[in-house]
Amino acid sequence: MSTFWSLWIIGLTLINLVLVLWVLLANRKVAVRDDETPENRTTGHVYDGIEEYDNPLPRWWFKMFIATFIFAGAYLIIYPGLGAFEGLAGWTQENQLEKQQMKADALYSEQFGKYNAMPIAELARDRDAMKMGLRLFANNCAVCHGADGGGNYGFPNLTDNDWLWGGEPETIKQTLINGRKGIMPPWAAILGEEGIAETTEYVLSLSGREHDSELASAGAEHFQRNCVVCHGADGSGNHALGAPNLTDDIWLYGGQPQDIRQTLRDGRNGVMPAQKELLKESRIHLLAAYVYSLSLPLDEQQ
Amino acid sequence: MKNHDIVEKNIGLMTVLVIVAISFGGLVEIVPQFFLKETTEPVAGLKPLGPLELEGRDIYIREGCHVCHTQMVRPLRAEVERYGHYSVAGESVYEHPFLWGSKRTGPDLARVGGRYSDDWHKVHLFNPRIVVPESNMPAFPWLYDNTLDGKHTEAKMRGLRKVGVPYTDEDIEGAGDKVKGVTEMDALVAYLQQLGTLLKEKR
Repeated sequence: MSTFWSLWIIGLTLINLVLVLWVLLANRKVAVRDDETPENRTTGHVYDGIEEYDNPLPRWWFKMFIATFIFAGAYLIIYPGLGAFEGLAGWTQENQLEKQQMKADALYSEQFGKYNAMPIAELARDRDAMKMGLRLFANNCAVCHGADGGGNYGFPNLTDNDWLWGGEPETIKQTLINGRKGIMPPWAAILGEEGIAETTEYVLSLSGREHDSELASAGAEHFQRNCVVCHGADGSGNHALGAPNLTDDIWLYGGQPQDIRQTLRDGRNGVMPAQKELLKESRIHLLAAYVYSLSLPLDEQQ
Repeated sequence: MKNHDIVEKNIGLMTVLVIVAISFGGLVEIVPQFFLKETTEPVAGLKPLGPLELEGRDIYIREGCHVCHTQMVRPLRAEVERYGHYSVAGESVYEHPFLWGSKRTGPDLARVGGRYSDDWHKVHLFNPRIVVPESNMPAFPWLYDNTLDGKHTEAKMRGLRKVGVPYTDEDIEGAGDKVKGVTEMDALVAYLQQLGTLLKEKR
């Protein structure tokens, strides 16, 4: 803050205080004192025959005003208020926040430090750690993956053992840190509506579902030409590319023929946002353990 | 009081004195902020919104998002823990009007950029209960149907330039064509995804 604006603030603040004090003290005086002329105690104002007494402020009220002045004076000395003067307490919004954060760090860092040193697989079986993990999950992950981790249309279920990018503890952690982009390109321009219908029948056949075998055999050709690069020759997917396994009955974007056709037609863009800039390393570690624990057998879950 | 009636019986004098009395607060608390470095200089990397984000911002205002969502993370531990780095004045220097809001029915959005995927925002705006069953946010399905015509985009940017947003002629040139035909959904999501991405603090 420049000297000019500092002086501007200090000057106006003090002038204001002085003026208010003057108004308060000036109000103590009455035009005519009661003991001098007891018969003339009014201001002279008459409203429909109602007269107004000329009395000073009650003493208790006056004292309350004085107390606010003492408060204001003390406040301006202790806290920043008078321009660039920082106040004797050295208080700022930032250092108050830092103090709060340091206090919280002291409280939680030991706990997080202990968990940080534990491998994810072990952490996932620690009941207390998983209680904290649950809260972190509820705050950060549940909006997409659901409060129970059960996922949603377009947002993977984390409680089953079907993984797009791999379910190893370290892989889960990598998914959290760097995020993932699962891209299914649109095929409408290449396959045409007929090709899409045929490929859909073939995809249905991969998971052993009801399909038109004639169309499916035509679809198999499209599949071999276009899809095996990511989904593999047998359609079992590829964790390195986030390509889903098409041979099971787990469908991220719906498994009805019309859903599959839409996926083929327009493609899909699944994005897991990277958390490395958003969450502390210790939180990510605990969350990875929590997500890993969701896929453990029920009797091992905490 | 002795001279009370001078003020009470002279309306012009009273008006002047009332103005003097109420202007102290503004002169001390508001006026200096127009000239302070902390409040007038943009934070590092701050750029004026592009045409799509700008149109998205206007949809944000039209739909009244700011009525339930603030864009102001206060420097309190609980807030920094939940939303990220507290908001600073330098992030809002190109905001006309600012959208800090004053009441949180929904969460603060000052740092929502990059936190969720585009798809999540679209589903959530189409019907929040699809992804957050307990949500009481209204659904905005028409954002999918309405498209921008870009008719006023350039005029808006020129208007903002008049009040100090540093748009260049190249920024404004053809801005309307860039957004023409884009759905309001895409514009709003583009706006949301850039919110508060300049300052980072891990939660």
